[in-house]
Amino acid sequence: MAELPEHLLRRSAEAKAKALGISVDEAMAILKGDAPEPSEPAAAPEPAAPEEPATPAEPATEPEPTAAPVATATAVADPTKATRVVPQEAPVAGPEGARTQRLLTVVRAKAIQQTKPEPQDKVNTWPHLMLIEFAALLAVSAILVIMSVALQAPLLEAANFNATPNPSKAPWYFLGLQELLSYFDPGVAGVSVPLIVGFAALMGVPYIDKNPSNKPSDRKFAVMLFTFFIAGSATLTIIGVLFRGPGFNFTYPWRDGIFFDDLKDWIPLEGH
Amino acid sequence: MTLRERVKEAGDKLHGSQLVDSILRPGSPFKQGYSDSPRNRSYVIMNNVLYHLHPVKVKRHGVRLSYTLCLGGISFFLFILLTITGIFLMFYYAPTAENAYQDIQELSTSVAFGSLVRNMHRWGAHLMVLSVFLHMSRVFYHGAYKAPREFNWVVGVILLLLTLLLSFTGYLLPWDQLALWAVTVGTNMASFVPVFGGQVQFLLLGAVAVSADTLLRWYVLHVLFLPFVIVIFMAVHFWRVRKDGGISGPL
Repeated sequence: MAELPEHLLRRSAEAKAKALGISVDEAMAILKGDAPEPSEPAAAPEPAAPEEPATPAEPATEPEPTAAPVATATAVADPTKATRVVPQEAPVAGPEGARTQRLLTVVRAKAIQQTKPEPQDKVNTWPHLMLIEFAALLAVSAILVIMSVALQAPLLEAANFNATPNPSKAPWYFLGLQELLSYFDPGVAGVSVPLIVGFAALMGVPYIDKNPSNKPSDRKFAVMLFTFFIAGSATLTIIGVLFRGPGFNFTYPWRDGIFFDDLKDWIPLEGH
Repeated sequence: MTLRERVKEAGDKLHGSQLVDSILRPGSPFKQGYSDSPRNRSYVIMNNVLYHLHPVKVKRHGVRLSYTLCLGGISFFLFILLTITGIFLMFYYAPTAENAYQDIQELSTSVAFGSLVRNMHRWGAHLMVLSVFLHMSRVFYHGAYKAPREFNWVVGVILLLLTLLLSFTGYLLPWDQLALWAVTVGTNMASFVPVFGGQVQFLLLGAVAVSADTLLRWYVLHVLFLPFVIVIFMAVHFWRVRKDGGISGPL
């Protein structure tokens, strides 16, 4: 083992001094005295080294440490015996006593990595998933291009602040809200409830629904509630898009035509 | 030496060159040739930055089209299509009250593929709102928001909100009667929000009513701010899908 640099030796001497309640110089002496001898038994020890360990370091309490280095220095042939004799001081150097690994941390079962007790049935992403995704990508592109060739995006006459169209409708995804507005007082039930409470409730879904099962048969109430939500918003949106005419009054699309400009190019409109 | 041989030789030379060598990752199948083996199947995913969104292996039930209906993937793909078509449209459009409407008209009549790209952008936006909403419904019916995926559901709802905002801000940009009055109706709804209604509406419009300032404000929101924010949330969303243990289920 190579000679330790002076500053590292001093740092460990400080730690040792703190642990044993002795002065840094004394600890340094122990380290310097102990370290070279068990580690480099073959190489001739420095002349000063054998004397230092015997100095005040640890006088009467532990006679072995001082004896042991001498033993190893002399009887190089038997290293196993040496390790047995120097149990405490071994970690500092000796190749036999030195531990080559140490415990860094204990990883408990519920760690950040989710470990599964049994292996799961898995398939390679390539080709199994990638091919499906590629097919979906092509299908969506095809649908979108065909749609865009066939149907012209609406463009009415230039914006005019003085000519309010009748009816004025929001984009379709807000038409459900606009429809609600025609039933309820706007301040209370028209906007704040669906928007603020609606989105808060939607975000809070995983914290409200404490049922751990994901089997549809175990969660009939949740499924029912969500289905009501979807059916309700779809109904409101459809009424808003198709069944509202001038003045946002109720009309029948088959009688009066459709009053929704996004659909101008989809269906021949008679109401315009 | 026939032309065929020359082409082959040039190809081999290029393939062994330092340039090509440095572009392809060491394990890339393009480098060492692809033969179907579990190892090469992994390499395909590991050596491509886009495929790397996926893990090397996925749960067998998650691959079934009937499980996810591909709705999340379709939403993401539509977002990419909308980004590409949107960049194209930006070359021909100025967000001023004087030019906006005329630019759209000229785009439809005198720019090559202008009409097609504009239609794709508009219908794609509607499809994206729809697919995001359907994706949310799919996730709900599978109970996929349950532990440990609670937070990813919250991120998903934020993504839905951002999608709606992106669509709504884009709605104003053609500056025609449809845009002007749909946005007027939409932002009037914001004014009904209790206590802060007026402030919310003013913040949205940059004025007390829809005006040229609103056009500029919504343009910047539409092409820069909201895409920037939504990309960040999408990154978190995709990352959490994998960190929370991949796709949910099986049921």
